[in-house]
Amino acid sequence: MTEPILVFDDVHLSFAGVKAVNGVSFEVGERELFAIIGPNGAGKTSIFNVLSGVYRPQRGRVVFDGVDLVGKPPHRIAALGMARTFQNIELFSNLTVLDNLMLGRHHHIRYGAPSAFAWFGRARHEEIANRAVVENIVDFLELEQWRSFPVGLLPYGVQKRVELGRALAMEPKLLLLDEPVAGMNLEETEDMARFVLDIRDELDIPMILVEHDMGLVMDLADRVMAMDFGTPIVTGTPGQVQADEGVIRAYLGQEHATEVTS
Amino acid sequence: MTEQRSTSVSTKASRQLWGRPELYTSYGQNLRMLNTRPKQVAVVAMVLLAATYVPFGLPDEWLHLFAMGLAAAIGAIGLNIVTGYAGQVSLGHAFFLAIGAYTASALSGEPGRRTIGFGITFLPLWLLAAGVVAGVAGVIVAPLATRLRGLYLAIVTLGLVFLGLHIFKEWKALTGGPGVGRQGPVPEMFGQRLDRNGDLLTGDQKMYLLTLVLLVIFAVFARNLVRSKVGRAFAAVRDRDIAADVIGVSVTRYKVLAFGISSFYAGCAGALLYAVLGRVEPDSFNLLLSIQFVAMVLIGGAGTISGSIMGALFITMLPRLTQELPTVLPFISSDVTAPLGAANLAIIFYGLMIILFLIFEPRGLFGIWIRIRNYFKAWPFSY
Ligand SMILES: Nc1ncnc2c1ncn2[C@@H]1O[C@H](COP(=O)(O)OP(=O)(O)OP(=O)(O)O)[C@@H](O)[C@H]1O
Ligand SMILES: [Mg+2]
Repeated sequence: MTEPILVFDDVHLSFAGVKAVNGVSFEVGERELFAIIGPNGAGKTSIFNVLSGVYRPQRGRVVFDGVDLVGKPPHRIAALGMARTFQNIELFSNLTVLDNLMLGRHHHIRYGAPSAFAWFGRARHEEIANRAVVENIVDFLELEQWRSFPVGLLPYGVQKRVELGRALAMEPKLLLLDEPVAGMNLEETEDMARFVLDIRDELDIPMILVEHDMGLVMDLADRVMAMDFGTPIVTGTPGQVQADEGVIRAYLGQEHATEVTS
Repeated sequence: MTEQRSTSVSTKASRQLWGRPELYTSYGQNLRMLNTRPKQVAVVAMVLLAATYVPFGLPDEWLHLFAMGLAAAIGAIGLNIVTGYAGQVSLGHAFFLAIGAYTASALSGEPGRRTIGFGITFLPLWLLAAGVVAGVAGVIVAPLATRLRGLYLAIVTLGLVFLGLHIFKEWKALTGGPGVGRQGPVPEMFGQRLDRNGDLLTGDQKMYLLTLVLLVIFAVFARNLVRSKVGRAFAAVRDRDIAADVIGVSVTRYKVLAFGISSFYAGCAGALLYAVLGRVEPDSFNLLLSIQFVAMVLIGGAGTISGSIMGALFITMLPRLTQELPTVLPFISSDVTAPLGAANLAIIFYGLMIILFLIFEPRGLFGIWIRIRNYFKAWPFSY
């Protein structure tokens, strides 16, 4: 493995007694597709929130592309090249697909308010250039027919794709995908898997994938970290993780728990 | 831009995705402000009408009212930027109008009189100063918006109005004190008093044309702003501020910017409005004034520039229209103090209109316009 793009080192995050992330360490390589699995409440989304700066960990180090992220506000971290999608879609639902994607270009567009007022010249030039980038993403994710629709009116599966597009528009150095196929039907899931593979193979963007769909994780991931109650159980190749007893116990345990409650 | 990207993305495959902007000049067409022929025709026709028929075909009394409405429209656009586009509810607009009005009045006032005056009557100068001083005040107040949201922000900005009323009441050297007031900004350009009758045009005609030209300029700038990166960032902050932050939009920065720009517009509008009116009274910058601006935005349509203009004209004309009511409806008293008098009626009307629009047409007058347009687009096959 070459120099890692991300080092997550002994991170602790708790909320009023709940230890959401409890001493988690891992590294993600330059071209790696790293997956995180674990039962509900294991702390997967919390790791993403630490990475993107939404939560500040009480302890630990997060080094992204050589820069320590702890304490940096989310928009700074985004500008460093970290992009993510959300478990529950967080799009700007009144805006069109194009505007949502253009918002992904925000920090690539350099002009400020004075040029914006004048429009002609710099603002117009940059808008056109960035619009072209966005149109390429529209092509890539096959969103042509939706591009001028307000996002809130689109089907769920398409919204998930738009959110991926917004993250891609940021030209990230690391892409975080929080349950990209949750709630999707088989066809939509296959489409999404294809896009994820294309992103890795054609765009060379390393990714962290959080997903409950085991088939997808085992097919796509280079390495997998399984965790429970905020603590990693095992990190390894998909095969190693699948065979791990701790992992089996964590999932069986959870199935017992859900049987009891439902 | 192009160079920068091709160096930042290394592989050939990536370059395919990020593309070659120089091939896509046609997006320019799509990004135009008036991107369809009907829009261009409609706007040009409207501006021509406003610049020719109105000033020379209508009586001066109406022109005076129109000039007020056009000046108010600049303020309404300002409020729409912070509230309609950036989603920060402000009831403090009257405070920023006041700052603009007093900055301009003091700058252009005659020196050595009862109230402060510096004798700088050159209109562009005091107008710009009014905007800048109010804008700076807006930037100072803005951090409130980064800590408070929704109703809490509305209440705190409301506090600004009362703070302002108190200061303006006490600071007699600037404002002349309640019940007395002072002369408004003196509109002069190249040795011409714009508010006085001249050889060619009456004062009302000149002030009308002045406010019209300025409104067009301010509206075009605002329209440019909201279709730009800044406008998108405002919308992102309004709709989901966590997501905005995570994709790289600094929420604090854009809230401050929205308040600053909005207050700049308010300051210019305040200066112009009171230049049209001729006198400034400290009591006039009260809650009702703020509410009138909120009504302009809501009735015109939150998040539209043309709606702000329609709303401002409508609200400014309303008292004049209700004044006509007693002649038509005998049970309405023209006595100002009567409970069902014309003055109170206007206030009741604002309230009713706000409620009705919120319930039936949240897009405001702009929404009604869209409906009419869609109806005629489908004509004669309506439904
Ligand atoms: N803002 C918060 N305040 C309090 N507790 C929180 C907060 N966010 C997460 N938690 C808690 O932290 C723990 C981990 O939550 P997290 O959302 O990271 O789980 P997850 O692995 O993403 O689960 P899922 O698979 O259901 O998405 C849970 O117990 C959750 O209740
Ligand atoms: Mg989660």
